[in-house]
Amino acid sequence: MRSSPVAPPAGTWRRRGVGRWADSLFALFAALSGVLILLTLAYMVISTTGTALPVFGSQGLAFVTSSEWSPKNGKFGALAFIYGTFTTSVIALIIAVPLSLGVSLFLTEYSPRRLKGPIGYAVDLLAAVPSVIYGLWGVFVLLPLFLQPAADFLAKYLGFIPIFKGPPSGISYFGAGVILAIMIIPIISSLCREVFATVPDDERQAAYALGATKWEMIREVVLARGRAGVISAVMLGLGRALGETIAVALLIGSKVSIDASILKPGYSMAAVIANQFQEATGEHIRALVGIGVVLFAITIVINMAARALAWRFSRP
Amino acid sequence: MSDRTLPISDSAGALGERWAGGRLGAGLSLRDCRPTRRRVWRDRRNKALVILAVLITLLPVGMILYHITSKGLKTMDWEFLTSPMPLSFRRAGGGFLNALVGTVIMVGLAAAVSVPLGIMAAVYLVEYGKRNWLAKVIRFFSDVMTGVPSVFVGLFVYTALVVQFGFGALMGAASLAIIMLPIIVRSTEEMLKLVPQELKDASLALGAAKWQTVVKVVLPSAAPGIATGVMLAVARAAGETAPLILTALGSYQLTAKLWGEPMSALTLAIFDGARNPFAAGQARAWAGALELLLIVLVCTIVARVIASRSRIKR
Amino acid sequence: MHLVRKVRQHLFKESLARLRKGLGRRVVLTVGSVILATLTIAFISGCGGNSELPTASSTASTATSVPATSPTSAPSTSAAATGASVTATPALAGSLNGAGATFPEPLYVEWIGEFQSIHPGVTINYQGIGSGGGIEQFSKLTVDFGASDAPMKDEEIAKAEQVSGAKVLHIPTVMGAVVLVYNLPNVEELKLDPDTIAGIFLGEITKWNDARLAALNPGVALPDKTIQVVHRSDSSGTTNIFTGYLTQVSKEWADKVGKGKEVDWPVGLGGQGNDGVAAVVQQQASSIGYVELSYALESGLKMATLKNKAGNFVTPGLQSTSAAAEGVTFPDDLRFSLSNSAGPQAYPIVGATWILAYDKMKDPAKAEILKAWLNWALTEGSPLAGELKYAPLSEELRKLALEKVAAISAF
Repeated sequence: MRSSPVAPPAGTWRRRGVGRWADSLFALFAALSGVLILLTLAYMVISTTGTALPVFGSQGLAFVTSSEWSPKNGKFGALAFIYGTFTTSVIALIIAVPLSLGVSLFLTEYSPRRLKGPIGYAVDLLAAVPSVIYGLWGVFVLLPLFLQPAADFLAKYLGFIPIFKGPPSGISYFGAGVILAIMIIPIISSLCREVFATVPDDERQAAYALGATKWEMIREVVLARGRAGVISAVMLGLGRALGETIAVALLIGSKVSIDASILKPGYSMAAVIANQFQEATGEHIRALVGIGVVLFAITIVINMAARALAWRFSRP
Repeated sequence: MSDRTLPISDSAGALGERWAGGRLGAGLSLRDCRPTRRRVWRDRRNKALVILAVLITLLPVGMILYHITSKGLKTMDWEFLTSPMPLSFRRAGGGFLNALVGTVIMVGLAAAVSVPLGIMAAVYLVEYGKRNWLAKVIRFFSDVMTGVPSVFVGLFVYTALVVQFGFGALMGAASLAIIMLPIIVRSTEEMLKLVPQELKDASLALGAAKWQTVVKVVLPSAAPGIATGVMLAVARAAGETAPLILTALGSYQLTAKLWGEPMSALTLAIFDGARNPFAAGQARAWAGALELLLIVLVCTIVARVIASRSRIKR
Repeated sequence: MHLVRKVRQHLFKESLARLRKGLGRRVVLTVGSVILATLTIAFISGCGGNSELPTASSTASTATSVPATSPTSAPSTSAAATGASVTATPALAGSLNGAGATFPEPLYVEWIGEFQSIHPGVTINYQGIGSGGGIEQFSKLTVDFGASDAPMKDEEIAKAEQVSGAKVLHIPTVMGAVVLVYNLPNVEELKLDPDTIAGIFLGEITKWNDARLAALNPGVALPDKTIQVVHRSDSSGTTNIFTGYLTQVSKEWADKVGKGKEVDWPVGLGGQGNDGVAAVVQQQASSIGYVELSYALESGLKMATLKNKAGNFVTPGLQSTSAAAEGVTFPDDLRFSLSNSAGPQAYPIVGATWILAYDKMKDPAKAEILKAWLNWALTEGSPLAGELKYAPLSEELRKLALEKVAAISAF
């Protein structure tokens, strides 16, 4: 009688020559593949930080607190780019979160069954479109059709508010923010859809039973239950927006400056890396790598916080 | 009490009817508990807002598809698909062949490296590691890696490889592989988890070694799901631009040289076209965008078709 | 034992059958074979000497950007390895790498194309990355020749000569005009003078219908819109020419901003390269920017007519550009400025562009190719320059330039 139902008879190994090493080798190979991911990530961090270290050393804290970026003078202050990244991402969130919530609520609560598939599909299609195509479309179609008129409108009627001060430009924080919003809507909405789908139906019915209108049910049950998940989805969308390069590079205006008005051109961390990399040499390149490191750090922190939240949420 | 049925809380009303027989005591029924007009109005308004949100979101989808198709089709023809770029952007004619070849080569190489490695890593996570600390760490950092900005991956490959060896297709492929790897690991892991334990037990019981079980039973069963994940990763890699700017650089030449010489890619060519004032260059960019979009959409749709057709049944 | 083996074989056969039937497996197979095929093609062609697949059109081209240098890399030498092997036979063969200004890029591309069709064994790679980048690459010896619309400064020359051990030669090739392009659909002709240009780019004149602009353009309906300024975001010789002109004609500009390949622009959006600026002006309504004449003509943008030193309004073009070079004395090292010339019909913002070369190059074959190309370009290439509206050099200047070319040799 064999000791365990799954232990293979020892004799077969020797006979067939499939050594007892085969299993261990295979397991080792699998484990190494997994470890490779960790090693790659570690090497990524070490290599880039190492390259950027001289610049961090020579600039000190001014690297992130100063907005003077002048490669020929050896001055590398990345504050303008950090500001631009955050501003465009915030604008994108302000636009995208309500729209994503609306879309996901529609798909989980309101939509008739027939529409659910096609509309969900169409929104997910937005996620599949590569960012360079967003950039191309944004510059040649969205800019004249919507961004410039909207910017003109905001400056004309709301220009007394500092963030809308003119002269307005479609190619600005605002323009980049709008295109980023379109790009992160599918991410946020698909995650929210998953979150809302896990809300148990009897809680919904309980709300109805207590006389709630549909919206009240949504507010009290779905949104309340899914709050952590929604926040986590929003943060993941934010992480994506922070790292987006191409569409922003084409629509932000490539101006190294900090401006309170969102209708003015600016710059972002990822965009400056993409734009200035090709003609940069020596210390300039190290500074750009340094910006990459800062961007990476910010994105990782936000992503990890989002996943921690989602993890907490998934354990009721 | 009117007989008008409230559209919203009808379920509450109906429930009430069934339970309380329409009565809640002295002459009262749940139907009397109608929401105030204000609540009804708010409910209707929010419904309208939600529908408005959907319409606003669908607008860009439609516009992007429409514009790319209409502008791209104008320039897309056989010459476009089969000839390399002309010497300068201002010249009409020519095509994006070198860009297409570049994308195919780099994505192909990246897949050749990341697919086996990713599958093996997922095998480790599901079959060997399961819940031990190494598996948890790998899972966590895989998730972290999916969120790394692609431009940072490009910077890393630049500092690690390009500085030593120059720009080239291999470097571009390396950066794409790093981007694809965590996606493949996570999606393969999900698929492998769905393979029924009984299948694996049966195989082991019949004398197969663990590695044989994995290779000949588990992986083939999960193959459709794995293929889905791979297709999605390929679609993602085909659409990446930023890492390629820093590693493959882009060029006008139709080349298959893997290192030492910059290589073009579809995304890079479109990016240059977008920063171009010349009508000919822009026309080619639109056609290139159509080409890229078709590739990406085909990959995504094929992935979904595979996933829906061959779901593993428990 | 036999039983176990038989069962195992049966199990494998079953799983094989399942694989055969499985749709997913088919897809994986196809994807795998495509990848394999690609790899095979790549390795076969990559392992061969010359990487380029035969194409009908000329093989060399301008790359879109440059291998950025770092302390240790030398991408140009590896790129040189891809060209056909260098021979000492009369037929010119080999490859050459250059990088620099986008100002003359359209012309250099045409010159390269023509020259390569005459000498099929030659590959010349020119990358338009801006004059600043060109000077950098040239100084670090990562390219064989540089190109810049801004002559190298003394410190830059000293650095380059120290690294290379050879003297730097400035070889003027053509003259070009920096024009002001604008995007106003209903305004066919726009007249500007030094004060208004400085005012616009300083951010003092913010609307098109400003009184000063209206005074210069009587009868033209200038809209009540904000002027969107566009400038270069990279280090540029075109910027150097433009800001050089502004520094000459406007004291305020000289005090506040100054001249250089990169300046701190008071207002405006950035565009990458001449084509980037032209693209932004094209895309952004009510904008104005400065580009080289050829870009304006090819992209269909409208150009402003400028008032020159003599007080006449001059349209940018071939003749007004050539007129700017009359009466200028050229120093020995051929580093000169042509802006704000005194000629009556001279266009005020004109600059020459130089090829930067070392008088002693490490590779004799490359020196040969460079000399042959420059000689050809300065003599037989001038009609091509005229076609693209670059002004060819005057006879006197051409002679001086050819003398410099003759000085190129190898160690």
